Amino acid sequence: MKITFIAADGTETAVDAAEGESIMRAAVRNDVDGIIGECGGSMMCATCHCYVDEAWADATGQQEDGESDLLDCAASEVRPTSRLSCQIRMSAELEGVVIHLPESQL
Amino acid sequence: MQRIVIIGTGQGGQQAATSLRQEGFAGEILMIGDEPGLPYQRPPLSKAYMASGDADALLLKPAAFYERSSIILRDGTRAARIDRTAQEVETEDGARHGYDHLILATGARNFRPPLPNLDAPGVAELRTLADAESIRRRLAHTRHAVVVGGGFIGLEFAAMARAANVSVTVIEAAPRLMARAVSPQMSDLFLKLHWSMGTEILLGTMAAAVMTDADGNAAGITLADGREVAGDLVLIATGVRPNVELAAEAGLTCRNGIVVDGSLLTDDPAISALGDVAAFPGPLGRHVRLESVQAAVDHARHIARRLMRPAPQPYASVPWFWSDQGKHKLQIAGLATDADDCIVLPQPTGEPVILLFKEGCLAAVETINAPAIHMSARRLIATPSAVLAACDYDLRQAAKTAAPVAH
Repeated sequence: MKITFIAADGTETAVDAAEGESIMRAAVRNDVDGIIGECGGSMMCATCHCYVDEAWADATGQQEDGESDLLDCAASEVRPTSRLSCQIRMSAELEGVVIHLPESQL
Repeated sequence: MQRIVIIGTGQGGQQAATSLRQEGFAGEILMIGDEPGLPYQRPPLSKAYMASGDADALLLKPAAFYERSSIILRDGTRAARIDRTAQEVETEDGARHGYDHLILATGARNFRPPLPNLDAPGVAELRTLADAESIRRRLAHTRHAVVVGGGFIGLEFAAMARAANVSVTVIEAAPRLMARAVSPQMSDLFLKLHWSMGTEILLGTMAAAVMTDADGNAAGITLADGREVAGDLVLIATGVRPNVELAAEAGLTCRNGIVVDGSLLTDDPAISALGDVAAFPGPLGRHVRLESVQAAVDHARHIARRLMRPAPQPYASVPWFWSDQGKHKLQIAGLATDADDCIVLPQPTGEPVILLFKEGCLAAVETINAPAIHMSARRLIATPSAVLAACDYDLRQAAKTAAPVAH
């Protein structure tokens, strides 16, 4: 399944992800700059903050419990489309999803 | 500066290499580590990995990262000696690697208590991916696991084994669980949580020997009072010892770890140390050694910044820890040791939040399944208790008005 990451400077990177894989994991595995995922997806660190492209906001669903509180601690601006990418798992509806990356995670 | 050598390919060593590139270091980076394979995350070994068995998910970065970043990785290679005069590291194969700066990220190894028959087949320990793979394979055929040590690793394993329907006995020498890491109140909460999972816990109980069967295989633990706890898997989880030997043999000061100053430099200005192996000036003004991803990663970032920027601040990151035990995520912000006051805050749902104070200031906050409160707490460590009392100990509210944490 395809995910396109768009960095803060506009650089696009397309990667392949497996069904069920988190977007954070796919980014780290494919060496995408801009997603750190320091805690490995334990909802501990807010270093996998991303902005889901408006067109995909419905498909990615709502924030998980506690996610918005963790996002309060994110380094970059929090927007209505902000998510922790470790909490979004790839599924058929997300084929081709577009993810924007914040300027900084730390 | 042309060449930086990092000894240790764990998360701290890996982060040092990554951060050096992020800070713009363009010279050569060589990582040397005795473990085979690419650097990976250890925390999930006793947690998610046990359930999934997915080793690829543990990798910190893919192989392509090291190539792209021109980081040379000598895995499966033991560093044998540091020659500080020549500024060279000699590896076991006899090769010598010159450095302008050396970063020691040698980590820790499991402590092996002096128990008879500790080397018997069937005695397990858990630190590396290889350890975890072996335990995971065996767990499917295990009926009763005996765990020596009621710390994070022993209890994470116990919860995971219970979830796999293996019966478990935990033997802990101290009168409470996780005594080094959490408050007595939190120890007590977790005792009850593990009871509710069906785990047998023997507190204040010393292991005396590994029992063996007729074939010499581990068959349980004999206690100091002569009682026997039979089991087909024995896990030794009695803490770690820092890997200081290379540093000590090179003449660097070592006292419960490699002693570093507030900028994480050893006695030798060309050598830094980080993570589990580094004893650094802690928040209470004396040296501490922390066994955590947070210390490893934040130390690594600090060293990279110090090497690449002109006027660095002293290291001052707030420590934090976590442990997933069954469905319970224990999180600790700050250092819980030496607290002189404690407030237990009941929560409308779930487990209470425990605030620990030292000399009138917030020293640590312990939470279970409350990541938002934990994140707020990280910003509030060292806040005077009166400030928190004024907002009725609503940490999330207090954090919104607090100054940001220094990085």
